[in-house]
Amino acid sequence: MKLSINGRTHTVDVPDDMPLLWVLRDVIGLTGTKFGCGMAACGACTVHIDGVATRSCVLPVSTLAGKQITTIEAVGDTPAGEKIQAAWIALDVPQCGYCQSGQIMSASALLDRTAHPTDADIDSAMSGNICRCGTYGRIRAAIKQAAGEAPLAAKGA
Amino acid sequence: MTSADGDRVSRRDFVVVLAAAGGGLLLGCRADRPRLATAGAATSGPAGSPPAFAPSAFVRIGTDGVVTVILPQAEMGQGVYTALPMLVAEELEIGLDQVRVEHAPGDDRVYANAAVGFQMTGGSTSVRIFHEPMRRAGAVARTMLVAAAAESWGVDASSCRTEKGTILHPPTGRHVTYGEVAERAAKLRVPENVPLKDPKNFKLIGTPAKRLDTPSKVNGTAQFGIDVRLPGMKIATVAASPVQGGKVAALEEAKAMAIKGVRQVINLGDVVAVVADHMWAAKQGLAALAIRWDDGPNGATSTADMAQRLAEASLKPGAVARNQGDAPAAIARAARKLEAIYQVPCLAHAAMEPLSCTVHVRKDGCDVWAGCQVQGRARGTAAEVTGLPLEQVAFHNYLLGGGFGRRLEQDYVTQAVRIGKQVDGPVKVVWTREEDVQHDVYRPYYYDRVAAGLDARGKLVGCTHRIVGSSLFAHFLPPAFKNGLDPDAVDRSVQFLYDVPAVHIEYVRHEEPALRTGWWRGVGVTHNCFVIESFFDEVAAACGQDPVAFRRSLLGKSPRGLAVLDIAAEKADWGKPLPAGQGRGVAVMYSGWDTYMAQIAEVEVVGSEVRVRRVVCAVDCGMMVNPDTVKAQVEGGIVFGISGALWGEITFKNGRVEQSNFHDYRVLLMNEMPQIDVYLVRSSEKPGGMGEPGTATIAPALANAVFAVTGKRIRQLPIEKALTA
Repeated sequence: MKLSINGRTHTVDVPDDMPLLWVLRDVIGLTGTKFGCGMAACGACTVHIDGVATRSCVLPVSTLAGKQITTIEAVGDTPAGEKIQAAWIALDVPQCGYCQSGQIMSASALLDRTAHPTDADIDSAMSGNICRCGTYGRIRAAIKQAAGEAPLAAKGA
Repeated sequence: MTSADGDRVSRRDFVVVLAAAGGGLLLGCRADRPRLATAGAATSGPAGSPPAFAPSAFVRIGTDGVVTVILPQAEMGQGVYTALPMLVAEELEIGLDQVRVEHAPGDDRVYANAAVGFQMTGGSTSVRIFHEPMRRAGAVARTMLVAAAAESWGVDASSCRTEKGTILHPPTGRHVTYGEVAERAAKLRVPENVPLKDPKNFKLIGTPAKRLDTPSKVNGTAQFGIDVRLPGMKIATVAASPVQGGKVAALEEAKAMAIKGVRQVINLGDVVAVVADHMWAAKQGLAALAIRWDDGPNGATSTADMAQRLAEASLKPGAVARNQGDAPAAIARAARKLEAIYQVPCLAHAAMEPLSCTVHVRKDGCDVWAGCQVQGRARGTAAEVTGLPLEQVAFHNYLLGGGFGRRLEQDYVTQAVRIGKQVDGPVKVVWTREEDVQHDVYRPYYYDRVAAGLDARGKLVGCTHRIVGSSLFAHFLPPAFKNGLDPDAVDRSVQFLYDVPAVHIEYVRHEEPALRTGWWRGVGVTHNCFVIESFFDEVAAACGQDPVAFRRSLLGKSPRGLAVLDIAAEKADWGKPLPAGQGRGVAVMYSGWDTYMAQIAEVEVVGSEVRVRRVVCAVDCGMMVNPDTVKAQVEGGIVFGISGALWGEITFKNGRVEQSNFHDYRVLLMNEMPQIDVYLVRSSEKPGGMGEPGTATIAPALANAVFAVTGKRIRQLPIEKALTA
């Protein structure tokens, strides 16, 4: 089966029902996409399928023929992803960092379709991404900063 | 008094950070081309060019001038991979952009944490314990580099100065880089009693430096234990007995082996592993095994049974942790007596990265790759399980996708090595989330009895506190469990800030065979802070006193405690009316971490739902290395604590944990995130711990706020369950 991942075509021999997450991590070697729950409950595995934030841990790989898959390793090549990553660095968002791939994929998909997200937009787009280190305050501030809003007293306070 | 906030990041800083990442951050490179352990190699130098100059186990400087800081502590989000390099860089007179960081190997002799005597990241100790050794490592290196330059120039070392990795001799205008004199410095004797900088000359310590690990954590290159990849590596997933002490009764191996990609089924009796080409095949193989378990003696235990036995244990006197005056007598003759029972449930860690460990067991050696808070013990367990000498075992640490105390146990390493012994080649063992939640080492269920006496004027004459629960030290560091006392179980109870004439504190150890207990961000302090700060709120209410005013009246002997309380009260607008359905609660924390904290939580209660609107936190943790990391730890600690306080509960039925994943072990989400305002007290006192105080202080602040709204006293966590009871 052929998969288009980050602009490259990969041919993989895997079961049809295998979730994309494990194809990325264990077959292709793109480990930036994380395993958190295996039931689309935490968002750590978020990737973009044709630009839409999608949980890869429950996404059978057979459904992806002809679709463009973008992972954390290449999201920085998109305008929204680049801004999100820069804001994440500027505000030192990550702590342990494990969930941040998924957070950034969700946030960059949000920013791509909503140039100036409101708090409600952020709640709606980001509430499926769990962070046990509690970086939500900085994530919100960083999304706003990436959207070009005046930097808040945003280092969490 | 409070920190400078809203510090903007300049373009220059941004470039520096990226340069640090591109040029230096060496994390995780080892998995690509791992150096296998051979006799004597386990603690030798790193991959790459040989070091020119390595004056200590913490610092290495190459001829290219690159300074590598070797980190004994694990990075699990707390920022230690930035704070410890800052300490070295400060004394070495270099910028953080000139530093690269490297995980220390697992080695209890070289990299022991003096708090426990072995390599360990926990107990909010990293900065407290390594503050001085890391600074000294930088100062020693700098002294030797300067001596080498001075010697080559034939000048006095005291006439030289250093700046950004260059040694200057102002009288002659000569200069040389650290890299250029590194080899010469390596030939000098390591000096003793090297002076450290006067804090007034600090350039880095105390500044909100950018984290060195951030760039790699936003582009997918950061390497966590679960990301290890080796040539020929297999993936395994596991099912351990759902009941502590149970054994496999039957399984259908052929059905698992029939699944494409499954290579091997390993039945170790108490745990079964399916080894496969990838996780998907391993998971399907495990399901196909349809394992039946013989539960053994713990197969009937429920949470209610455990609570009942704890309650019985609480009727017996315990070991005395603190005795001042005669509190029981004072209470007995008091005009008014208050008594209460408090209970907190078992809690799981649920770090975002499920447990995993990669091993390669060979005849002549064993390599282990994982994220671990006790790297030396991880190495030790691998030696024990394989029967190899310690020198032939190497432990390679990785970033931890959250620790919170879970990775202070090396059980998952022991298990992986047992599995790895049966596998030809490297194998990565990955736990599912369900396995991670159901085979955790849980924050103990504690059962506490508290009492206080008031005289006729409403003045406190004495209080007593009996703590009943598991001893973590008895298992983790047996010598620390002395005379029936566990220093963690009574932490924050014995460090009693309030000025009360008579205090009596006891501890009763009680263990449950069906339950494995472990460190959970704050453990003893988190529990005791909830009990004491909630009970003192009860006492304040009984006296008809305002909760802040009541605490102020008892903090006369603790100026630092009083100061954080006053800041929090002022910033939170304590006393200012809130709309109906909303209220504020306060809590003050001081413990063996040597950090003073006050929090005021503002909540809205709708039915049994508690919405946390705002948390104001004032903290005095002594001298700060990186104030922005301190703030981040407070923010994160509060979020972790809110999840635990409002919803966290692990329950047992038929010996099994009933929760399994994030759908039934609820944690705080973005849309539930309160505003958190952190105020940092500038201080030159010795550094206090900051990993755990935020978590320890929030539960009572929330419970007291819920009381302010509803009049219902929360004596058993989690709060929302208590509100429906």
